[in-house]
Amino acid sequence: MSSLLETRRLSVDIAQQQVCTGLDLKIEAGECWALLGRNGTGKTTLLHHLAGLRQGHRGSILLSGVELSELTPRRRAQHSGILLQHSSRGFGASVLDTVLTGRHPHLATLAWEGKSDLAIASQCIDALGLNALAGRSLETLSGGELRRVEIARLLAQQTRLSLLDEPTNHLDLAHQATCLHTLQEQCVTDERAVLMVVHDLNLAYRVCDHWLILNGDGSWRAGQREPLSDPQLLTLAFGHPISRIESDGGPVFLAQL
Amino acid sequence: MIRPTTVTPESHASGTPPMASRRRNLLLPLNLLLAGFSLAFALTIGSADIPPAEVWSHVLGDDGSINDRIIDQLRLPRALSAFAVGGLLALAGALMQVLLRNPLGDPYVLGISGGAAAAVLTAMLLALPGFWYTPAAAAGALLSTLLVFGLARGGDDWRSDRLLLTGIVVAAGWSALISFVLSVSPARQLPGMLFWLMGDLADADEPGIPLTLLGCGLGLAFMRARDLNIATQGLLQAAALGIDTRRLRLELYFLAALMTAAAVTAAGAIGFVGLVIPHLIRRLGGSDHRILLPAATLLGGSLLVLADSAARTLISPMQLPVGVLTAIIGVPVFLFLLHRQAYR
Repeated sequence: MSSLLETRRLSVDIAQQQVCTGLDLKIEAGECWALLGRNGTGKTTLLHHLAGLRQGHRGSILLSGVELSELTPRRRAQHSGILLQHSSRGFGASVLDTVLTGRHPHLATLAWEGKSDLAIASQCIDALGLNALAGRSLETLSGGELRRVEIARLLAQQTRLSLLDEPTNHLDLAHQATCLHTLQEQCVTDERAVLMVVHDLNLAYRVCDHWLILNGDGSWRAGQREPLSDPQLLTLAFGHPISRIESDGGPVFLAQL
Repeated sequence: MIRPTTVTPESHASGTPPMASRRRNLLLPLNLLLAGFSLAFALTIGSADIPPAEVWSHVLGDDGSINDRIIDQLRLPRALSAFAVGGLLALAGALMQVLLRNPLGDPYVLGISGGAAAAVLTAMLLALPGFWYTPAAAAGALLSTLLVFGLARGGDDWRSDRLLLTGIVVAAGWSALISFVLSVSPARQLPGMLFWLMGDLADADEPGIPLTLLGCGLGLAFMRARDLNIATQGLLQAAALGIDTRRLRLELYFLAALMTAAAVTAAGAIGFVGLVIPHLIRRLGGSDHRILLPAATLLGGSLLVLADSAARTLISPMQLPVGVLTAIIGVPVFLFLLHRQAYR
């Protein structure tokens, strides 16, 4: 059985800056990965390359053993979904219609969304507590509500691999917890896996069992979170002193002021 | 903690549908009715008094009477031309707004009408015979399309703001050229030129080509309707959902440009229809392009048929340029809807 996502000697750069050099990564079903690094190290760029939204890397990216560039955009979107960093309100479609667009890669060209698509979208809307907003236009939503709509759309896409770019943007603490819990419950299963960009090390530690750290100079570290959540490694990666305090609820990470 | 997801599909499927979806069900039938009504109206109104009851038999049969010739050779081709041009402009406007991701997108924003107008006015200035105007308009529109596309395409990535800016600047260039031609033209040619600039259906008596293009354009655009829904959320999001965005943009660009060129060639630069009709449909609840595209086509066609009927009868035997009337009818309607929406 091949990994859900595998990279072999993957090198990505933007504007003469190395994002990663020779990255070897294997993400298996059931794993939840955090992608960590300073601002501007290219986390979003790497995520876009892994999602097939950008070309021009060296090395290979394999989705369930198939070279990414050999898949049509539609096939790719049936297999891997991405939550983008920045939200868009579009031209004011309703919440339900927007979540339904998550079904797009599964529908034929002229097909309309059927009962099963509507059922899936309704479940995703319910899972993110958006029932009361289903008929509302995106133009009338708050930033946090819009973020939850986008997460619901990603859930409706039902992909085996979910790539999330700062999923907790705009969310209050309570919604951060419930949304991450939902994502964990639905997207990290026997068949599915998640790779998410997060900035909060505490969330990264509690939610993700694997970490991928970009150091900003092309070097990287990947693997089980425990050896990687060492304060000295993190201090090096973020270029700022970070301490790790053990508590009853697990370790807490603090950046020194 | 999150509750388990026990909700049944019926809770949304069979509940009261939101206001918007109930209205959108009515959008197509209502616009279809309006289109039928506007065409019938255009056939019954005019300087010659033809009883409405007779009109239908004149359309179908041929009894060789004057009235029959008026219907078959004057009113019907002109009404169908007006419908085709209005439909082409509204459809092209809807596509442009998605392509540019800008609600101010309209068919003329890429300088297509400017290119056509500059070419036709130059032909008029050179006193070329009238049959040159149509090929001149088509050539000018095509030239402008290729110019904007070539200039906006930096590398393999062209962004919508770059396209919009290029289009606006090229249009400004055409506008200067038009002013130049107008200022050096002899006075007796000015009325004809001004009519052409404001949009005029007086010479549009061959509806075949624009109607065919409208049918093909609507069919092709409809194939992409769901892609268009997603493209309004941004091209990156569209790519994330498995749409080949480069191909989509190319298709949209050339489809919209071709339809605009056909409309401009048939009737000159008729403003307002392409910008406002898609917004009107959206305001009425048709944000889904599977509804919006056909509904906008019908509404754009109907508006232009009604406006043209008014243009040729209001101060008959003189005729008004129809572009003036589309604005006079459309501006208050659109402002009213915009205002009502804002304060609801």
